[in-house]
Amino acid sequence: MAQPDVVQLEAIATACRVQIIRMLAHAGSGHPGGSLSVIDILTTLFFNRLRVDPRRPDWPDRDRAVLSKGHCVPALYAVMARAGFFAESRLITLRKLGSPLQGHPDRVALPGIEAATGSLGQGLSISIGMALGLRLAGSPARVYCILGDGETQEGQVWEAAMSAPKLGQPTHPLDNLCVILDYNRIQLDGLVKKIMDLEPVVEKWRAFGWPVLEIDGHDVAQIDKALDQAEATRGKPTFIVAHTVKGKGVSFMENDPEWHGKAPKPAEAIRAIREILGVSEAAWPDYLKTDRSTAELAAELGRLEKK
Amino acid sequence: MPAKASRAAFGEALLELAAKDDRIVTVDADLSKSTMTASFARAYPDRAFNVGIAESNMLGIGAGLALTGKVPFVCSFACFVVGRFETIRVSVAYTSANVKIVGTHAGIAIGEDGYSQMGLEDIACLRALPDIPIIQPADEAETKQAVACAVEHQGPLYLRLTRQSLEAVSPPGYRFQLGKAVVLQPGTDVTVLASGGTVFNALEAARRLAAGDVRAEVINVASIRPLDEDLILGSAGKTGHVVTVEDHSLAGGLGGAVAELLSEVLPTPLKRLGVQGFGESGDAGSLYAKHGLDPAGIAGSVLKFLNR
Repeated sequence: MAQPDVVQLEAIATACRVQIIRMLAHAGSGHPGGSLSVIDILTTLFFNRLRVDPRRPDWPDRDRAVLSKGHCVPALYAVMARAGFFAESRLITLRKLGSPLQGHPDRVALPGIEAATGSLGQGLSISIGMALGLRLAGSPARVYCILGDGETQEGQVWEAAMSAPKLGQPTHPLDNLCVILDYNRIQLDGLVKKIMDLEPVVEKWRAFGWPVLEIDGHDVAQIDKALDQAEATRGKPTFIVAHTVKGKGVSFMENDPEWHGKAPKPAEAIRAIREILGVSEAAWPDYLKTDRSTAELAAELGRLEKK
Repeated sequence: MPAKASRAAFGEALLELAAKDDRIVTVDADLSKSTMTASFARAYPDRAFNVGIAESNMLGIGAGLALTGKVPFVCSFACFVVGRFETIRVSVAYTSANVKIVGTHAGIAIGEDGYSQMGLEDIACLRALPDIPIIQPADEAETKQAVACAVEHQGPLYLRLTRQSLEAVSPPGYRFQLGKAVVLQPGTDVTVLASGGTVFNALEAARRLAAGDVRAEVINVASIRPLDEDLILGSAGKTGHVVTVEDHSLAGGLGGAVAELLSEVLPTPLKRLGVQGFGESGDAGSLYAKHGLDPAGIAGSVLKFLNR
C-alpha cells in the first residue's frame, strides 16, 4: 500500500468523529464511545487500504470490512458516506423509520454493508467464511473483521478463533483475513477487567495459532503499518490488538462507561464537536466565523435543542 | 423404490448436484458421517469444511461462504443447528445469506439416543423468522428433488431430514415444488395433513379407516413454508375436518401453521397430532405408538375426532 498520508487520514478521522456526534445527536440514541474508539481504524481501512468501489458494492473481488461490533455502526456510516457509498446528508436519518441506516448494520438495506451484525460474536465466523470463499475463487480480495473487546466474551468468537488458522490449509490458508480488536477496555456494564477480564489477550490468540500484533489504535501510521504486516503474512490470518480509548476525542466521554450507549444532547454534541476540532471554549465564537460548515452544523444542532 | 432415510437421499443428491455445480460446498460440525455429507467430502475435499463441534461457527462460516457466491449446505442434527437460533437469525436470515441449513435426525423417530438429540422444535423456531422456506420431504424421490430445489432457490432455506428409513410414498412422475403440497390419497370425510416421517403412517391409517368406510384425504405437506394454502383450504372446505400429523412438537410446527391458516381464513375443526412433552429413549416404533403417530394411533385419533 501507498505510504499513508497521516495528516490527511487524521483530518478525515476528525471529520468522521464530528459526523458521528452529529448523527447520534439527531438520533437521540446510539453508541458514541465505541464509535469514537474505532474510527481511526475504519478511516485507515477505508481511505488507505480497502479495494472497494462505492459504485459497485457487489464487485466480487472487493475487499470486505465486517464490523462485528455492530453497535458502533455510526463510525462505519461516517466513513462510508465520506467514501461515497451514499450522501453525507443521509447520516442524520440514522435510526429513523424507513432509513437504510439502521441502528445496527443491515446488509440488505444498505449496499456496502457486508453482513448484518450487532448480535455480538458472529462477525468473525462470517469473515472466515468470506475469506474461505474468496480463496476458493482465487480472488485477491482481503477480509477485515473488527471485533469489540467485550464482544470476545462470546463463545462463538473462540470457535471461530480456533478454526481460522486451520481452515483451508494447506492449499487455501486464510492469510487473506485480518482481525482487528478495538481494545477500548470498557463494555456496557463497566470496565472489561471488572466484568469479565480478557487478559492475557495476546497470549490467548497466539495460543490459538494467530500471529498477533499490538498497536496504538489511534495512530494511523501504526494502524497502516500493521495492516501492511498482515498483508505480507503468509499461511495464517493475522490478529491486531489495537489499544484504544473509548470516547476518544471528547473529554467528557473518554473512558466513561456511561457513554457506551448514550447519545449526546445537542448542547453536549456542540461541546463534543468543539473538542474534536481542538478549539477552546473561549476561541469557539471566533472559530465559527472562520469555519462555515461547522457553524452551520452548530446551528443545526442548536435547532435540535429547541425541538 | 426401497425405503431410504431422507438424510441418505440428501447425501446422494448432493454428490450428484455437486458434479455440475461447483458453487456447492458443505460445512459440517463433526457429524458428517451422520448427516451423510461424508461422501461429498471424500469426492470434493476442497469444498467440504469440518469446523469441529462448533455449530454457531459452522453457520457463520456458511453465511460468509454464501456472501462470496458459494451455495453452502451447513449440516448437523436439527436440534443442534437450529439450537444456534441467534446465529441463524442474524448471520443467515437477517443478512439474507444464501445458506442451506440442513437438520437431520428430526423427531422422536431417532429413538434410543433420547431427547437431547431429537429435533423437535426446529420448525417452530424457524417459522418465527421471516421468509425462510422450510422443507420436510417424505421419501427418497422427494428428498432428491428438494435438494435440487434448495440449490435453485436464492436465499436461506431449511431442509428437515430423518435418520430413519422412509417408505416411498410419492406418486410416479411427482415433481416437488416449493409451496406445493400433494394429495396422495383422495377422500371426502377428513383431511389428513402429514409431513416427513409420518406421511407413510398417515397413508396406512387411511387404509384402515377406509375399511370402516371413513374416506380420509391424505396430503403430503413437504413445503411447510410456504404452505400450500389453496390446496389445504380446498380440502378442508370439502371434508370439514382437518388432522395434522408430524414428528415435531405440537406447538408451532405443521399443526401450528395449519391452525393459523384455518382459524383466520376458514375456521374448521382441527386435531393436531405430534409430540407432547420431552421425547425419551426407546425404539422408534414404540415411541410413535406412545405419541399416537403410528397407523393405529392416527386412525384412532381420526375416528375419535369424527365421533365415529
